[in-house]
Amino acid sequence: MSHIGRSFRRIEDGPLLLGKGSFAADCNAPGQLHMRVVRSPVAFGRILGVETAEAAALEGVVAIWTTDDVAELPPIDFRQMGLEALAPYRQWVLARDYVRYVGDPVAVVVAVDPYVAEDAADLVFCDIEELAPQLDATAAPSAFMPDIHPGLLSEPAVLRRAYGDVDAAFAAADKIVALEVKVGRHTGVPLETRGALGVYDADKDVLTLYGAAKVPHYNRDAISRMLGLGEGRLHLSEGHVGGGFGIRGELYPEDVLVCAAALRLRRPVKWIEDRKEHLLAANHSRDQVYRLRAAVDRRGFILGLEAEFFTDQGAYVRTHGTTVTDLSAAMLPGPYVIPAYAAVGHIRLTNKTPAGTYRAPGRYESTFARERLIDKIATELDLSPVEVRRVNFIAAEAMPFDRGIKTLGTGVVYDSGQYRDLLERVLDRLSYNQLQDELAARRDRGELVGFGVACFVEKSGLGPQDLVRITVDGRGTVEIVTGVASVGQGVETVLAQICAETIGIPIERINVIHGQTDRIEIGFGAFASRVTVMAGSAVKIASEALRDRALEAAAGLLQTTPDALKLSDGMVEAVSGGASLPLGEIALHLKDSGGLTGEGRFVAGHMTYPYGVHAAQVKVDPSTCGITIERYLVGYDVGRAVNPMLIEGQIVGGAAQGIGGALLEEFVYDENGQPLAASFADYLMPTCHEVPEIEVLLREDAPSPLNPLGVKGAGEAGINAVGAALAAAIDAALQKPGAVTQLPITPARLHEILRGPRS
Amino acid sequence: MKPAAFDYFRPASLSDALALLAKYKDDCKILAGGQSLVPAMNFRLARPAILIDINDIAELDYVHADDRGLHIGALTRHAAFHRRVVDGPLGALFSAVARHIAHYPIRQRGTFAGSLAHADPASEWCLLATTLDATVVAKSARGERAIAIGDFFNGTFSTDLEPDELLAEVHLPPMGQGWRTGFYEFSRRAGDFALGMALAALRIEAGVVREARLGVGGVSDRAIRLRKLEERLVGGAASQEMIDTIAREAWASVSPIGDIHATPEYRRDLVATAVKRALTEAAA
Ligand SMILES: Cc1cc2nc3c(=O)[nH]c(=O)nc-3n(C[C@H](O)[C@H](O)[C@H](O)COP(=O)(O)OP(=O)(O)OC[C@H]3O[C@@H](n4cnc5c(N)ncnc54)[C@H](O)[C@@H]3O)c2cc1C
Repeated sequence: MSHIGRSFRRIEDGPLLLGKGSFAADCNAPGQLHMRVVRSPVAFGRILGVETAEAAALEGVVAIWTTDDVAELPPIDFRQMGLEALAPYRQWVLARDYVRYVGDPVAVVVAVDPYVAEDAADLVFCDIEELAPQLDATAAPSAFMPDIHPGLLSEPAVLRRAYGDVDAAFAAADKIVALEVKVGRHTGVPLETRGALGVYDADKDVLTLYGAAKVPHYNRDAISRMLGLGEGRLHLSEGHVGGGFGIRGELYPEDVLVCAAALRLRRPVKWIEDRKEHLLAANHSRDQVYRLRAAVDRRGFILGLEAEFFTDQGAYVRTHGTTVTDLSAAMLPGPYVIPAYAAVGHIRLTNKTPAGTYRAPGRYESTFARERLIDKIATELDLSPVEVRRVNFIAAEAMPFDRGIKTLGTGVVYDSGQYRDLLERVLDRLSYNQLQDELAARRDRGELVGFGVACFVEKSGLGPQDLVRITVDGRGTVEIVTGVASVGQGVETVLAQICAETIGIPIERINVIHGQTDRIEIGFGAFASRVTVMAGSAVKIASEALRDRALEAAAGLLQTTPDALKLSDGMVEAVSGGASLPLGEIALHLKDSGGLTGEGRFVAGHMTYPYGVHAAQVKVDPSTCGITIERYLVGYDVGRAVNPMLIEGQIVGGAAQGIGGALLEEFVYDENGQPLAASFADYLMPTCHEVPEIEVLLREDAPSPLNPLGVKGAGEAGINAVGAALAAAIDAALQKPGAVTQLPITPARLHEILRGPRS
Repeated sequence: MKPAAFDYFRPASLSDALALLAKYKDDCKILAGGQSLVPAMNFRLARPAILIDINDIAELDYVHADDRGLHIGALTRHAAFHRRVVDGPLGALFSAVARHIAHYPIRQRGTFAGSLAHADPASEWCLLATTLDATVVAKSARGERAIAIGDFFNGTFSTDLEPDELLAEVHLPPMGQGWRTGFYEFSRRAGDFALGMALAALRIEAGVVREARLGVGGVSDRAIRLRKLEERLVGGAASQEMIDTIAREAWASVSPIGDIHATPEYRRDLVATAVKRALTEAAA
């Protein structure tokens, strides 16, 4: 029975469905204290003083710290894509000299219960000399921290990516098509806010941090460095995680403060972020402006592309370093040939919440920009948008396709893909020509309906490596230990399926341990749609090693050769029938010689590149500026689908988030840098009412040659092109090509498009 | 998002509640469904020293109709109107409007009277009460007074209630079979507060409008009754032409506020659309 390719129900769902999940807030330790962060009420200003006396006098307050009390702690370092030039822009765990955004941690209160902690935090007075905030990432850079860092401007880095002869391309162009677009500031908003519980065990001299997510091993090392803890003195433990989306699990000031407090106070310290804090303090994302110029020939083929874009990085450069800007620059060309390319990406700081990666970082944005450009090329040349895409696609025969630039330290080499084929399949599925006729007929009757399509290449399976160990115990139960993390995406089921495929055991008998730094020495976590590719491949390698070991041992016991045996349903059996041995018995037999185990390490120097097509049909009510999504389809080639149901789940969830960013979610600031969307009353998440049924066309036409399973990642497929597809569909509904240049497409913005700019 | 400390009372009778109100006045707040107050307390925007929870006061939990109209006790939940509480157009209108308020779980707790006391300018019930001539019955240890709805709202989150008064009942005049109603609202998501809405009621006899009620909400600091436009409607046919004229005049007569969800220009157009759609429904 094959285990790969089947839509198994998730083995991790039992405790979740029974309400027995263990999320950060469910973790408690006897005698625990509660931490509350005092946050800056202003966007930018010089700290004159922080008065804590009144708060400290409150009964139940154990400690209040400001930056002077944590002077020995260094700023939070980069996890990836760090640059020397970025170092001065890192965030301290508590603001030093200046506050740079509303929500910037200024002090922490530790108290006997969360109510007292919040009461005390309210009594801490921050004396701040307010300064004019920088809120526009496209404006001339301004001083980062006047007089502390003289001359240091709010542009930490400018990234450049280029190949080919752009000047020649423009000289040869039949037409030049230019465009400016903007993607608003929004972010991943997991159902579970962040949280942490630090528990110090004095007997063992080990500090354990519960509530870890995403990258526990990296964070263990980073916190250890910051706190000066030697090897083995800090353990990070991941429980259930209520959504990650890139933002949860990065190292933030609060995680370090909880650890520092637990160590200093020798009592467990707990911090649970509230929703308002979350919207102010956890990474924001997106918020980019793109200026594109394309040199095109008569067919709409792009001879060359020039791009200048601005990433509004917010107040500081956090753990992601240049990641978002780097990915934007590298992935902007997407599925198209574009023989010459020059991109300049400005990383700009403003006085808003610091930004990081959010599901499909740099792709949601760059896909929006690129696909808007393709639509504009079609309009200006009077061609169909579908035809212009066909003309520009990289051909299947050109795979692997080396883009000639790098991202995240690896060369961008599309490993496999049939881009045009997927688009045709999507159009077929929709009966494209007939659909366009129907929409035209409805428009003739006065309805504003339209269809839009957008294409993209994703990236997944970021290395460098992952390690897996598999053990079978005497009862025949299998344990897989991996250093990757689960953010709720179905890691346990998928890894169990891959293991089961090789060793022929029901997935219910497999336990998957992840996110525990004391169980395995390395781990690279859950991000960049990497888990199935990296850990999945490592599981396959480990399973094969374990299988070989089991067959060899069984051959000895059954007095035959391994090739006369096979594994099935937890038993080793003779191929010819007859003799059989349960795996558990083999494990017992091997007890003194290391047990029945297998180890697998998968190393990858290159990412794998899945691809997809989004298609949207919308209806606009011009009188209310309401938008109804009548149909939404995602076509996606995942290389090989380990569990199609989970992939569809990823795609549908991603599409819902994409709709949020395209139509609803936006962190708006007033002219003083005060956030105006700091609760769910104003930061609007899509609900089941706003998200239509998402149709998924899942393909396995282009397996990855880069890993033994042929798999590619699935986490970011559903979100990537939503902004682009909806914008195109809305343009079509309004019969105003190029009308949508900014996300989210709010009713007020649509109103401006329909009625002209405000008087 | 933990509220500041407060003392909590849960009186079982109206007179006990009124005594507590008389004693604590400005220091206390009434807790009804808690769907506006509790979030405000969790954000520490509201910090009442004392909460008087009225949920145990059975004598406030009623809704009944008689020949004077509809009487809604302070504990009547939004969800009570899912089914028609009174025969005829009024009951139908209430149940149509109720479905636009928040989401099902919130409607199980939030109260009609609490909505009026809270005085959110985008509250559906405030619009309905304003447009249909409601009377608010306020009680205190000092006695009882009836407040015409036109005198009740002072602005956003502000009413004519005194600190020691409890909004005990809302009364609406009856609406005979000759009345027809229409309601239209637009919000960014299902269940959100309206960006703009309108409510219309017409009594049409032999094709002629004999009486009209028209109001808009979500536009300024309180719901607005458009009396001049009501007068224009009376005496003629509720024709498409007339409806278009009224919608245009509604557009001209409001000066909406802007916020992060809607510019004033957009809101103004939206209000005209809402008026048009509400009137069209009522005239159909
Ligand atoms: C997510 C969400 C969406 C919502 N959407 C909408 C919507 O679309 N439309 C809408 O209208 N509302 C909406 N609401 C608000 C909801 O309808 C509230 O229930 C209502 O505003 C207040 O009623 P309550 O009974 O919950 O009052 P409470 O929250 O208990 O009290 C609100 C205020 O009124 C006072 N008060 C309450 N009862 C009395 C009384 N009898 N006498 C004197 N003072 C009193 C309280 O002291 C308090 O100041 C929403 C709420 C939520 C949480």
